[in-house]
Amino acid sequence: MNIIMVGGGKKILFLTKSFISKGYNVTVINNDKQFCNKLAKRYNAKIVNGDGTKLYILEDAGIAATDMVLALTPKDQDNLVTCQLASKLFGVKKTLALVNDPRNVEVFDKLGVNTTISTSGIISSLIEQKVFVDQITNLIPLEEGKVAVIELEIHEDYPVVNKSLKEIDIPPQAIISCIVRNGNPIIPGGETKIISKDKVVILTLPEIQSEVLKAIAGRVD
Amino acid sequence: MKKRKAKDEYIIIVGCGRLGSHIANIFSKKKKSIVVIDKKEEAFRRLGVDFSGFTIEADATEEDVLLEAKIDKADIVITVTDDDNTNIMVAQIAKKIFNVPKVIARIFDVKMKEFYEELDISILSPTILSANKFIDIVEQEAKEKL
Repeated sequence: MNIIMVGGGKKILFLTKSFISKGYNVTVINNDKQFCNKLAKRYNAKIVNGDGTKLYILEDAGIAATDMVLALTPKDQDNLVTCQLASKLFGVKKTLALVNDPRNVEVFDKLGVNTTISTSGIISSLIEQKVFVDQITNLIPLEEGKVAVIELEIHEDYPVVNKSLKEIDIPPQAIISCIVRNGNPIIPGGETKIISKDKVVILTLPEIQSEVLKAIAGRVD
Repeated sequence: MKKRKAKDEYIIIVGCGRLGSHIANIFSKKKKSIVVIDKKEEAFRRLGVDFSGFTIEADATEEDVLLEAKIDKADIVITVTDDDNTNIMVAQIAKKIFNVPKVIARIFDVKMKEFYEELDISILSPTILSANKFIDIVEQEAKEKL
């Protein structure tokens, strides 16, 4: 598979290394000559020094024969243009843009860039949730943070201990999808009881997350 | 949509460089409602003393900023920053997301102009405009010599 990446910094170094080890053909476009030299010395990748929003640079990078374009610069407008040129002008099937301003995810979607990653959005929501809710042992945001999977351990003083799922009053937009008891996963039904030291995996919308936690833990820290 | 008098047209200008400020000053004299957005405050010094519009110091690629400028009520959006990609992005947001009736963008890169013109955005390319003018003058003189 041929992959073009536009951008710089640690993530490009890391991704280049990772993609090469998977056997992909990697081309990196970056407008900093020093960075390009460094990259060229370190990895067996094709490096193009220039502006990744210019047609001739993209052509130099061999965009016509590429399968995937990843736009990872810190400027949203540049990432947008790179992806639009790649998909609309060169017919690249898969394009991915890094979105620095989380509110631009929707904008990119409406302008035809369908795969976006909002690092600041994901990281800030992760930090927020980890900082404020210490009962949560694990948390995975899905669909740009529109859905969250949270895992939490049941302490003996929680009001849900020894109750069956149908007795627990959690909002309808959340579901207890799995219980891990002594390391064994159980897909629970309405009659399944929750006991102390269980780990429960809950699928929920982030906006009602605190309600869900309140129903299960009895309090929100 | 409510039809408004030409005088009441609401215009948002993104980028207050030489071109942006010049356009803003002219429209201001024509008594139109104008908001100028630029990320540098110093840029607004280019606006004349009698400039009657509003200024917003912010990055126009952020949707919140455009909403603050009431882009949903704008009749015309003009994007004239020094960065082609910013102009392209803001113009597309104005057209596709906020359905602004008239959107005009300045794009320096001639090849980009062709590509983005398909997207129902009016595009001015200073390179093409001045090239055409030069060619006109040259050809005019050639004709006169005949």
